[in-house]
Formats: sequence, structure tokens, C-alpha cells
Amino acid sequence: MELNDWILALHLLSAVALVAAMTAFSVMIVALWRTDDPAAVTSFMRLGMVGNVLVTIGSIGTIVFGVWLAISVDTYELWDGWVIAAIILWAIAMALGRQTGEGYRATAEMAAQLVSSGSPRSPELAAAMGTSRAFWTHWLSVIVIVLILVDMIWKPGA
Amino acid sequence: MIAVLGASRPELGLLLHIGGAAVFFGAVTVAAVTQLTATKVAEPDRLRRVAFRTLLIVGLPAFIVFRIAAEWLRSAGPWGDNGSDEPAWLGIGYIISDLGALLFLISLILAGIAVWKPKGWLSKTSGVLSVLILIGLVVATWAMGAKPD
Repeated sequence: MELNDWILALHLLSAVALVAAMTAFSVMIVALWRTDDPAAVTSFMRLGMVGNVLVTIGSIGTIVFGVWLAISVDTYELWDGWVIAAIILWAIAMALGRQTGEGYRATAEMAAQLVSSGSPRSPELAAAMGTSRAFWTHWLSVIVIVLILVDMIWKPGA
Repeated sequence: MIAVLGASRPELGLLLHIGGAAVFFGAVTVAAVTQLTATKVAEPDRLRRVAFRTLLIVGLPAFIVFRIAAEWLRSAGPWGDNGSDEPAWLGIGYIISDLGALLFLISLILAGIAVWKPKGWLSKTSGVLSVLILIGLVVATWAMGAKPD
């Protein structure tokens, strides 16, 4: 096995981690859909932390090992159209993911404060767990990541 | 028919294989974390329900998709029908996939029982099995990418 084989394996593992994180976040959004129960939201804190670890590994790993492969593999170049498209889509996904993270982090903090103050229900929490800005940016980032997968596999123009 | 599809649309097969496996990884991750942390939160029953439903509604279809796509890709590969010419990494994938399917079914059944009869050991066992599946998936993904001889 050569170094490039290891890099490809790490690139693939990073991509799997990224998609797995998006799956975990999607499950959380569906499971907590419009809930006004702060205890329910805080119950998913650990899953959220694991999702954050996966999304960090996936985000950094895909771009670092992906660029590495584009440079080191003779048949690909960093300026190939499909590679540039993937990098642009990755940047868009990261920007959307950051907005999603900020939105749901604020919601989790709100839920934790409600739990500590003993409030059993909150209409504000229900609104934040519904069709909020973070909800839309999450699903947009899912679409962008699917587009990256399609681009990586079909390699248009390669 | 799978062979014809595999030969004509290998990219689609690869997308379904990688995408299905990654979604399966995510579903099993959700099940592992929710079941292993269920006893430490305010609403353990909710977490157990989410674990079971995720395995059933997300994990099972994702597993079926990635497994069928694997057959699709194998049929399009340059290996003989009897599997004698298959490389080691393909064998690793098959062993982990078959073993993983068995562990997944046991984990799914235990998670289902844990929803109706909330006993801690059922959830924990299902969660531990999910962790074992995740370890297998990491090894299989590495093998698919690095393709060891």
C-alpha cells in the first residue's frame, strides 16, 4: 500500500463521518420537532456533542485529504473543474453548517436555562425547534453535501 | 439484471453504496449514543424510542441500499462469478457486512424490546452492539479506500 492509498482511505472516512453527522443532526431535528419540553432537548446534548465531533473530523478531513489527493495523484489537478466545484460546495456547506450550529447552540442554551429554572414548557423553544433559520440552513447543507458526493463520484469533465 | 445495471451505471451504484453506508453509520451512531446515555438523562424513554425508530426507519433501509449497491458494483467488477479472483479488501467488506448485519438485527430487536420493556441492560447491550458495528464500519471503510492486497 502506498501513501496515497492511506490518504484516500482517510478522505473516505472523513466523508463518511460528515454524512453520518448530518444524519445524526437530521434525526435530532425530526425527533425534537416543535417540542416545547426543555428536558427533551437537553436529553440529546450528548448526541449533539458526538455529532459536533463527527462534523469537525469530516469537515477538516475531507478538505485536507481531498486537496492532498488532488495534488499528489497524477491523473488529477487542483484546478480541474470538478475539484474546484467540490471546494466551492464544501465552503458553502461549511458556511451553512456554521449558521445551523449557531442557531441550534442558542436553542440548546435556552433549553438548559429553562431546565435549571424549572420551567416545564416554552413556546419560544417550540418555535426554535420548528421551521427556524437553523432548520432551513441544515437542510440546505444536506443538499450541498449530496451535491459534493455526486461531484466526487461522477467527476464531471475528468 | 444487477450485473447489467452495474455495468451501465457504476457511478450510481457507487453513490448508493457510499451514501447508504454513511447514512447507516449515522443511524447506528445515533442508536449507540442515545442508548448508552439513556439512563443518564431526564427522558430516557424518549431516547430509547429514538434509538429504535432510527435503527428501523433510517438504519435498516440504508443498510439494504448499501448492500444491494455493493452487489451491483461487484457484479460490474473484473472478478469471476465464483469469487476466486476477488481482492482481499472485497473479502474484508463482505465479512464485516455479513457480521454487521447479524449484529444490527440483534441490536434492532433489543432496542425494540427496550421500548416496550424499559430495562437498562437491553438498551446498554443494544448500544454496545451498535458500537461494535461502528468499529466494523470504520475498518470496512478503510479497506474500501486503502484497498489492501
